[in-house]
Amino acid sequence: MTQHAPSATARPPGDISQMSYAGPVVAFDQVYKIYGKGESEVRALDGVSFQINAGEFVAVMGPSGSGKSTCMNILGCLDTPTAGRYLFKGVNVSEIDRDQRALLRRHFLGFVFQGFNLLARTTALENLELPLIYRRIDKKTRREMAMEALRAVGLLGRENHTPAELSGGQQQRVAIARAIVTQPSLLLADEPTGNLDSARSHEIMELLTKLNQERGLTVVMVTHELDIAAFARRRIEFRDGKILRETLTPTAG
Amino acid sequence: MFANTLLMSLREIRRNLMRSGLTVLGIIIGVAAVIIIVVTLGAGTTRQVQDEIGKMGSNMLVLSPGGERRMGGAATTAPPFDLADLSAIRREVSALGGATPVNMRPMQVIIGNENRRVNIMGSDSEFSQVRNWKVTEGRLFTASEVRSGKAVCIIGSTIKGEMFAGQTPLGASLRIGKVTCTVIGVLESKGQAMFGGDQDEIVVVPIRMFQRRLSGSTRVDSIYISARSEAEMDEAKEEVEKLMKERRNTGEDTQADFNVRDMKEVSNMVQSTTGVLTGFLSAIAAVSLLVGGIGIMNIMLVSVTERTREIGIRLAIGALEKEVMMQFLVEAAMLSAFGGLVGILLGLLGAAAIAPALNVPFTLQPSTVLYAFSFSAMVGVVFGFMPARRAARLDPIEALRHE
Repeated sequence: MTQHAPSATARPPGDISQMSYAGPVVAFDQVYKIYGKGESEVRALDGVSFQINAGEFVAVMGPSGSGKSTCMNILGCLDTPTAGRYLFKGVNVSEIDRDQRALLRRHFLGFVFQGFNLLARTTALENLELPLIYRRIDKKTRREMAMEALRAVGLLGRENHTPAELSGGQQQRVAIARAIVTQPSLLLADEPTGNLDSARSHEIMELLTKLNQERGLTVVMVTHELDIAAFARRRIEFRDGKILRETLTPTAG
Repeated sequence: MFANTLLMSLREIRRNLMRSGLTVLGIIIGVAAVIIIVVTLGAGTTRQVQDEIGKMGSNMLVLSPGGERRMGGAATTAPPFDLADLSAIRREVSALGGATPVNMRPMQVIIGNENRRVNIMGSDSEFSQVRNWKVTEGRLFTASEVRSGKAVCIIGSTIKGEMFAGQTPLGASLRIGKVTCTVIGVLESKGQAMFGGDQDEIVVVPIRMFQRRLSGSTRVDSIYISARSEAEMDEAKEEVEKLMKERRNTGEDTQADFNVRDMKEVSNMVQSTTGVLTGFLSAIAAVSLLVGGIGIMNIMLVSVTERTREIGIRLAIGALEKEVMMQFLVEAAMLSAFGGLVGILLGLLGAAAIAPALNVPFTLQPSTVLYAFSFSAMVGVVFGFMPARRAARLDPIEALRHE
């Protein structure tokens, strides 16, 4: 639960779609991300170590340039560390290729973005089916899973609406539904309420909290705002590429 | 998965229907042009040549002076034939079906107030059998008319229809240059020749009359020969060659100063000529396809830029490089295959409209359509490759940030 837990061990990925792992979902072990060389060298991550276990709800905070975005990109297997080890479900992400990282994302990761990032002119249902198509799930099952995810985010009846026909809050719900429709091991939310007013923001946070508590969904969320971070039980603050401090909130929001 | 990719591509094309249509215009024009050229010039003329050779009888040989030369080659300086050569052939060639002299010359023909330039053929009565031209009204020349070179003539059906206004011309007279002839027969209509010439606009006169009163020389320009049967073609050809070499004092090993062509050779010559023409026009059409392909590449590059964010989303939720690549390739291929389909349709309509005007049969081979379609789809794959690879290699982080 903290960085003092016994360090996770790396293992070969094998068949990514079939793998299961009992250890921490993610483990950073002295992770560095360095851009540029010599004088102009920028250490976006400067020897960061932490672990996140299944079922946690973690808020990542820090000013811009603190390294939190780089951290999220690496967590999401979209980027790889320059040095150090990042284990995702025990798989050393530095050692696998671009396609295998894509398979990790396909089977175990869900993304929620500040800008929603739904496919335009595409209905909510079809947006939800997209990750399932890449998982080669048949049409009938796809439909069922998508409808179930829409129910979970409270958008039943809106399945045939396109993003343009939905409010910002509803669009973010669709995005969350798309992230959870594959039942991922980890949901990464990058400022999920950044484009929403405070009432809508709280609704989205309540939804994420509910998914975390009822389904045991592991959530890592980047945010600037303290009241949003307060929904998470654990808070990691970044400054200058390092972890400034970690705090535990006694009761979730 | 592939079905989904097809559906996604189809939707993407429908979304930008106007743009897609304009993009594939080059392909449409290129494919339509290829179809028109191949159907009318290629297949059409080939079949027409075969039909005509069939009509003429495939057991015909044409003896003409001059060595081996192609159509349109240099004029020959070889000595011409005369009627003695014809008699020798009739006498000596055992596999002979028939032999007839053919001298052709366009001349002014005058009937009353009508005046036009017509092909005059000097021959004898065997032309009917050798060339398979039948007389529908009146009769052929008699032996004495041929021998004495009497001023009589047999006219083609166009002359009858247009210069005699459909009335019976038998017994009437017409003037060829300064010579007045009596019409004794009318030929059966043979229809239009290759490339539009009218075979029925002809007047046949006895060869001796032609020599004495029209050309003023005793030469015979060519001799048409038929074998007794198709099986005896080669034999007849050999015999004629041997005989003519003797008569013209050509040594065994010297190049003959005449040639004997069978209809197969003539048809090959015509076909190789149209083949060159078809190839040349197809090359022009290929340029259009090339331009069309570049258009598709261009629009796919625009599409990749426009949809950078979408590509980022797809990559983030776990699309593999090759899956993104496949999606854009399928889209490009569909676009151009669609253009190909429209082009084939327009091409067939165009060919159907043009074929009667060019006087060739509308001959459609399914393989033509198949080739045109697969080629157009291939254009999409080839020119879609670069944009598709660019899409597939995008960095998902950058792509998601793209505005």
